[in-house]
Amino acid sequence: MRARNIFVGAAFALLAGGMAHSALAQDIKIGEINSYSLLPAFTEPYRKGWQLAVEEINAAGGINGKKLVVVSKDDGGKPADAQTAANELVSSEGVAMLTGTFLSNIGLAVSDFANQKKVFFLAAEPLTDAVTWSKGNKYTFRLRPSNYMQAAMLVEAASKLPAKRWATIAPNYEYGQSAVAVFKKLMSEKRPDIQWVDEQWPPQGKIDAGPVVQAVAAANPEAILNVTFGADLVKLVREGNTRGLFKGREVVSFLTGEPEYLDPLKEETPAGWIVTGYPWYSIKTPEHDAFLKAYQAKYNDYPRLGSIVGYQTIKAAAAILAKAGSTDPEKLIAAAEGLSMPSPFGEITFRKIDHQSTLGAFVGKTALKDGKGVMVESVYRKGADYLPSDAEVEKLRPKD
Amino acid sequence: MAFYVVQFLTGLASAASLFLVASGLSIIFGVTRIVNFAHGAFYMIGAYVAFTLTERLSGAFGFWGGIVVAAFAVALIGVIVEMVLLRRIYHAPELFQLLATFGLTLMVEDLVVLIWGPDDLVGRRAPGFRGAIDFFGQNIPSYDLFLIVLGPVVLGILWLLFQRTRWGVLVRAATQDRDMVAALGVNQKWLFTSVFAVGVFLAALGGALQIPRDAVHHAMDLRIIVEVFVVVVIGGLGSIIGAFVAAVLVSELNAFGILIFPKISIILVFLVMAAVLIVRPWGLFGKPEAPARKTPGLTVNPWRPLTSNERLAALAALVIAATLPLFAGNYALTVGSEIAIFVIFAVSLHFLMSVGGLASFGHAAYFGLGAYGVAFLAKMAGLPMIVCLLLGPLLGCMGAAVFGFFAVQLSGVYFAMLTLAFAQIVWSIAFQWVSVTGGDNGILGVWPSSWAASPSHFYWIALGVAALVTIALRAMVFSPFGYALRATRDSLLRTEAIGINAKRIQWTAFVIAGTTAGIGGALFAYLKGSVFPDNLGISLSVDALVMVLLGGVETVSGAVIGAIVYKALNIWLVSQTDLSKLVLGGFIVLIVVVFPKGIVGMLEMLAQRRKSTSPPGATLLAKPMGSAE
Repeated sequence: MRARNIFVGAAFALLAGGMAHSALAQDIKIGEINSYSLLPAFTEPYRKGWQLAVEEINAAGGINGKKLVVVSKDDGGKPADAQTAANELVSSEGVAMLTGTFLSNIGLAVSDFANQKKVFFLAAEPLTDAVTWSKGNKYTFRLRPSNYMQAAMLVEAASKLPAKRWATIAPNYEYGQSAVAVFKKLMSEKRPDIQWVDEQWPPQGKIDAGPVVQAVAAANPEAILNVTFGADLVKLVREGNTRGLFKGREVVSFLTGEPEYLDPLKEETPAGWIVTGYPWYSIKTPEHDAFLKAYQAKYNDYPRLGSIVGYQTIKAAAAILAKAGSTDPEKLIAAAEGLSMPSPFGEITFRKIDHQSTLGAFVGKTALKDGKGVMVESVYRKGADYLPSDAEVEKLRPKD
Repeated sequence: MAFYVVQFLTGLASAASLFLVASGLSIIFGVTRIVNFAHGAFYMIGAYVAFTLTERLSGAFGFWGGIVVAAFAVALIGVIVEMVLLRRIYHAPELFQLLATFGLTLMVEDLVVLIWGPDDLVGRRAPGFRGAIDFFGQNIPSYDLFLIVLGPVVLGILWLLFQRTRWGVLVRAATQDRDMVAALGVNQKWLFTSVFAVGVFLAALGGALQIPRDAVHHAMDLRIIVEVFVVVVIGGLGSIIGAFVAAVLVSELNAFGILIFPKISIILVFLVMAAVLIVRPWGLFGKPEAPARKTPGLTVNPWRPLTSNERLAALAALVIAATLPLFAGNYALTVGSEIAIFVIFAVSLHFLMSVGGLASFGHAAYFGLGAYGVAFLAKMAGLPMIVCLLLGPLLGCMGAAVFGFFAVQLSGVYFAMLTLAFAQIVWSIAFQWVSVTGGDNGILGVWPSSWAASPSHFYWIALGVAALVTIALRAMVFSPFGYALRATRDSLLRTEAIGINAKRIQWTAFVIAGTTAGIGGALFAYLKGSVFPDNLGISLSVDALVMVLLGGVETVSGAVIGAIVYKALNIWLVSQTDLSKLVLGGFIVLIVVVFPKGIVGMLEMLAQRRKSTSPPGATLLAKPMGSAE
């Protein structure tokens, strides 16, 4: 009866396929995928961000008069499941484009899917340089500043430090590896006198912080580069504080200024780390004020960086759709290349050369204020200023 | 010198945390034989509850009181789980309880986010243990010293409990021989419940004590569960001292290993376990298990090939399934292909588990190797799809041949854990060898040739291969080889006594199962167009186990149903709701209670009952159910 059982499965599949949401034919649908169940700390604010964007867009008359609908799917943190979701969105939901994703490998999997099926894909969050460079393709665009860009922003500040002996602590997977590699390369170019005295590679999510802190301290570095985040960062900071690792040492840290990662540290927040992040409380521009006001009015909560990413992803998608005046992927690509648009961080442009947006990030220092971690002396760094020359990008990116 | 002493003490502190959780797992397994997958979930709930209590209650008394109360509260939850859920399924086939605890774990992961929110929570530091103590210029956190003392104290208390109380004597007796203890008139129900409560208490205490050093979040359970299993197995199942020694061994090797190889942490525990199990098949302090008294072959319905009517029905159903592309859309067809591939994967494990009696916890290794085989051939050698599909699974075959040789020297849970260790070693190679495998960014662009690219063509290929594989494995069950394999499962001693080379038979079965899984993996690579280390990961291995158990481990090919139900439900739920784990876990728990022999196993049993009690007319009606395998 094996075959009958397969038939049962087919019936299930049909059921799943037939459950299309009831959207009107003239609506424009965007398919959105993210790791909602695996990474709720990031994806909850992210979802709020894009929901706000959808509301604003439709309140302003939609896209060329058509209502915008976002169909959102969970990928459970698995590339294979992300592809299943992408397939459902494209084949069953008939979406005009795909957006979203958080983890680098999922971003790459969906990007490869988009390339194969000739679907427009706007990657929201994945940081790996491969998305726009070594594995870049014509159908894929990316919003967030890449690993390279964030490293370049941090190097600019780090190279001014007097420290010569550096150690690195990074999660042992592609993100950590490439963040350290780019940072080291750019740093050594600017400061040939620097020595790299130790590197620690705890498994992502499983840091045994005590021994790691002790091992780094034993190498006696003058400065430390940290790439860990989330729960690993909490453990590292706590052990580091107790064992005095950070005393008298400069620390440069990826992403630590983002509220998602900074807020849980509370009174344990170490002071004076040079970080990239999002100090929503100290950004005083009209664009950001408008966003902040709308966000707080709708959710009665403050935005995280994920909120900005979610918001701007859908805003960018809408701008691309509006300019293209069509859902044809080739026309969407033509519309997106070189397209400039406003964002809460100021104007951004999707570069024609590698499909990377010029959205930047804030670089500042951590500080402890009223028992909470904050970013001070924050400066916005425009993404466009921290990308390699066009000639170099040409070399990095395969020809379409 | 001071540095090495401090590093050693730091390792001891890590060991203490690990030991608390591991000891609970070890006790539970030793007595009840439950592979308690939910142990990590109890650890996590312990941390969450303790977080809430210590935030609410003030002062030192509030903190320590909160920790202890949290552990007791979670132990109470454990008692309820044991009485309501596990008691019902002690007589189910071995490992079936794993399914129940797996379902619970899924539910808990979503529940904690619903209750405590998605953000990482950082609890307060322990009163009196906030700072560090200076040791020749090196700082040792005083909380570490507290843990270093606590570990041996708990070990001592457990030792006294086991050596000096009547309860302890019963627990030790049950660990050695459950049936004998029952025969002597001991009330097993309460013994099991109390043991489960103690085990859960230790897990929750371990979780609660992490508050001052860790962040409390919804993935804590996964972070610890596998590691704890490994520690328990290295130490020897049921041995508390073994668990302690293993925890110290693993933690110290990690603390000093990272000084030389900073990337060692990702794989260290599995390397240690593989080495220990190859040298000492029952762990450091474990004892060889006595040969099983039960003969499983007598407790289940005798297996038989399908009758000719059933064959016709199966063929007809296959034909109907093959017509799916006539009326279904592309998405349904792709999901159909994925389900067919998972049918291949599940029947391959089912062959090993139900026919060979060898439950592998690392079967995804061979699935993933098949996928990587295809990716290497297609991307590096540029071979055409058909050649890749034929040659790719050979990588799975080779992996199974090498690892299987070592694994079949062991049995039971030790076999399962050695297969897990091998799978993790393969996974870490795929993960770390970036220049060849692309690391966790995987290998992209493995798309099928144009003749197979359309969803309907691919569906037919996947369906056809799944049908062929299932038929071939069924045929093997009823071949002389299959009978020999079933003999090794039912009684190893008798099998060897009649001159069958049991190890060789089991090894062959392992290679067959690994190669078949590789075929599934090869197809999977083309379905997804990419290969990632995930394809060899623990969660995929667990998925396969769940499919087999769901279908029914005592059936001939229940895994087919298990795979279809689990995979279809999983895909559907993930698409429909963000709380897919909660619903799926609840469904699994329900299935466990309603169908303690698995879906197909239960249907077969019902059909059998009707056959034996009803007149001949009703037998005909019952037949299709009896053959649903």
